[in-house]
Amino acid sequence: MAEQIEVLTGNAAAAYGVKLSRAQVIAAYPITPQTTLVERIAEFIMKGELKAEYIKVESEHSALAACIGASLGGARAFTATSSQGLLLMQEMLFWAGYGRTPMVMAVVTRAIAPAWNMWSEHTDALAQRDTGWIQIFCHNNQEVLDTIIQAYKISEDKKVMIPVMVCYDGFEISHTSENVVVPEQSDVDSFLPSYENDLIDPDKPKLLWNGVYPEDAFRFKAMLSEAAHRSGNVVNEVQREFESKFGRRYEAIEVYGKPESKIILMAMGSVASTAKATVDTLNREGYSVGLIRVRLFRPFPVSELQKAIEGAEALVILDRSLSFTKGILCTEVTSALYSAKWRPKILEYIVGLGGAVVEHRSIVDTVKHLLPKVPEEPREAVWLKPGGQG
Amino acid sequence: MVSQKVKVFDYTPYSLPTEGSAGLTGSWRSKRPIIMVEKCTKCNLCWLYCPEGTIIRVKGKVPEIDLTYCKGCGVCANECPSKAIEMEDEAKWLNR
Amino acid sequence: MVTISELVDEEFLLKGNSACAGCGATMAIRWLLKILGKEVVLVMPAGCVSVFQGMFPASAFNVPVVDSSFGAQSSFSAGLAAAYKVKGKGLKVVTLAGDGGTGDIGFHAVSAAAERGDDVLYVCYDNEAYMNTGVQRSSLTPYGAKTGTDPKGKIEWKKNLPLIMAAHNITYVATASVGYPFDLMRKVKKAASLTGFRYIHILTPCPPGWGASENLAAELGRLAVRCGIFPLFEVEKGKLTLHKIGSRLPVQKYFELQRRFDGLTEKQIQYIQKRVDEELRYLELLEKATSEVYRVE
Repeated sequence: MAEQIEVLTGNAAAAYGVKLSRAQVIAAYPITPQTTLVERIAEFIMKGELKAEYIKVESEHSALAACIGASLGGARAFTATSSQGLLLMQEMLFWAGYGRTPMVMAVVTRAIAPAWNMWSEHTDALAQRDTGWIQIFCHNNQEVLDTIIQAYKISEDKKVMIPVMVCYDGFEISHTSENVVVPEQSDVDSFLPSYENDLIDPDKPKLLWNGVYPEDAFRFKAMLSEAAHRSGNVVNEVQREFESKFGRRYEAIEVYGKPESKIILMAMGSVASTAKATVDTLNREGYSVGLIRVRLFRPFPVSELQKAIEGAEALVILDRSLSFTKGILCTEVTSALYSAKWRPKILEYIVGLGGAVVEHRSIVDTVKHLLPKVPEEPREAVWLKPGGQG
Repeated sequence: MVSQKVKVFDYTPYSLPTEGSAGLTGSWRSKRPIIMVEKCTKCNLCWLYCPEGTIIRVKGKVPEIDLTYCKGCGVCANECPSKAIEMEDEAKWLNR
Repeated sequence: MVTISELVDEEFLLKGNSACAGCGATMAIRWLLKILGKEVVLVMPAGCVSVFQGMFPASAFNVPVVDSSFGAQSSFSAGLAAAYKVKGKGLKVVTLAGDGGTGDIGFHAVSAAAERGDDVLYVCYDNEAYMNTGVQRSSLTPYGAKTGTDPKGKIEWKKNLPLIMAAHNITYVATASVGYPFDLMRKVKKAASLTGFRYIHILTPCPPGWGASENLAAELGRLAVRCGIFPLFEVEKGKLTLHKIGSRLPVQKYFELQRRFDGLTEKQIQYIQKRVDEELRYLELLEKATSEVYRVE
């Protein structure tokens, strides 16, 4: 199949990414807004376009457990889920993260219940930041397809061997259509070699993951951390290699608009897509503003961020998550900038929780309001509700 | 299979087959099995029933018991159809 | 038929492990591994076996083993089996879990694996409680048995897991007991020769947990069968075959040897006897019924 442009939803783009990556075992449990992703994969398998086993598991906990088993068995594994399902499988998230079983999972972000809520928010994915998974946030459908392919390469790198979460907003990305370039299978094959796992060997029997005394456990944890640190470099390497082969550029931190501006917006996922439009609007109207899109959340790109904000007076963080009292992105960024030589003011804006619309207009107005005089820190987070302005 | 504990710090924790993984479990005994050769019919059922796998089949001969690891549970004595195994006090043997 | 002479000398469960002296589970596992050989991958959740398997860096198993979290074992196996299927080659996948891991916390996954017909041999070693954590009741603890969480004795009847698995219409279901090693091994050999989801439920008496003398695991395994408390049967292609071994003994003979049944009143023993008799009769009727009903494949 030659490279062609298709009109695809985010979920369909992910399904194409999985197909092109030649995933071999899919184990997934349906949950809105992921369902059309797994259904498309099932269709590919039925049509013979993807040679894979689809395990119809009875819960998300089992979905990830099956992927762990499959990865050990030497098969490329894939699963996908959202909010409640992601929480249900959290025990297994740690198992895959600490057990170092390479695999890719698509997290179609969705708000967590109660109360029941189908729409997007980033808390579900970000709440898993301790599980030892690499986390990448996509902001358009092309990026979803491309990132799934990159994710396998990153995950299976012998220097890494860490599972990867590819996150994108439910409905806003998963169910809206965009033009997507679907690469040629042969190009993906030469970019992504086949996956092997030789841990299970009857001639050299090993017992995986039995009990460990504290001293040895401490050492294993240190090894985990070393791998996590290495993974950041591998992500960058893979992104560069992808760009040279497929022509599309991806960076751990994407800088957009006028980065020399005194006000820099910061966002992830579809909030960043909206923020890009607001930057365009503002710059066109004569205001100067830049945007930092965080694509790689785990491992958090500290040095790239510190460099990107140099010279800025204020960082306006549009945070689509909440951990008790504070946005998770904001907490992460504040921590990352603590050691920086240059520290901008950090202004926290909580947006889009529960799927609330992140309005172009209200961000534009917020920035215009801040430009004359940036408020002093510390300041309480501003809740940017639909129809409001900061 | 290794007899000494060998630590392999690979990218994920795993262990290698080791005899005596819990140490010299023979020290757990308070009674030890003694096979009375004249009664033994060499049926090898004791070898079969031993939970530890510490009885060794010897072709055409009376089985041998590996006392390094025998925990002294007495299942062999209970199962022997000829009542050819006696459980004797370990203390008696330690004093020799 | 399995004879003692055909069994290999090689041990796959290595001696000097941390299992209790006289552990029924080690007996069952030793035998089943001698039948299965080394071309297997065992998947084991938390439980007694995941403790006596050893602490890093030592393994008491001389075959590949993957530890899973409690309840996840059946899905780990599903993944392994699927990987081997897609690759067209692989080892025999054997899940080895206790009664708690199978009937309680992992039941959803076991039921799903059975419904999907995963090509996995599932072995449940039943010591009738959460023994690893110090004897707490599971749904497979028998009525009247004392445990840490039911100090006066369990008031619910033992969950009939083998019949529940048979209702899933899987390739093969069998119950076995460490009191009858050759019967157990015959069943393992049979199950290993089949494909699809196969389930073997083994009664593995736990002397410390049951309050019995440490030399009695096999004898208790026999008594449980002879008293009708743990019937031996197989279900294959929808047909149930019941094995009667020797003459029936009164249930009292079984309780006498175990301190966990100390608290049983005369009335309770009569109740148990009656219920055991009825359940055996139910199995006899089931055997007759399934021999007459033709299962559409």
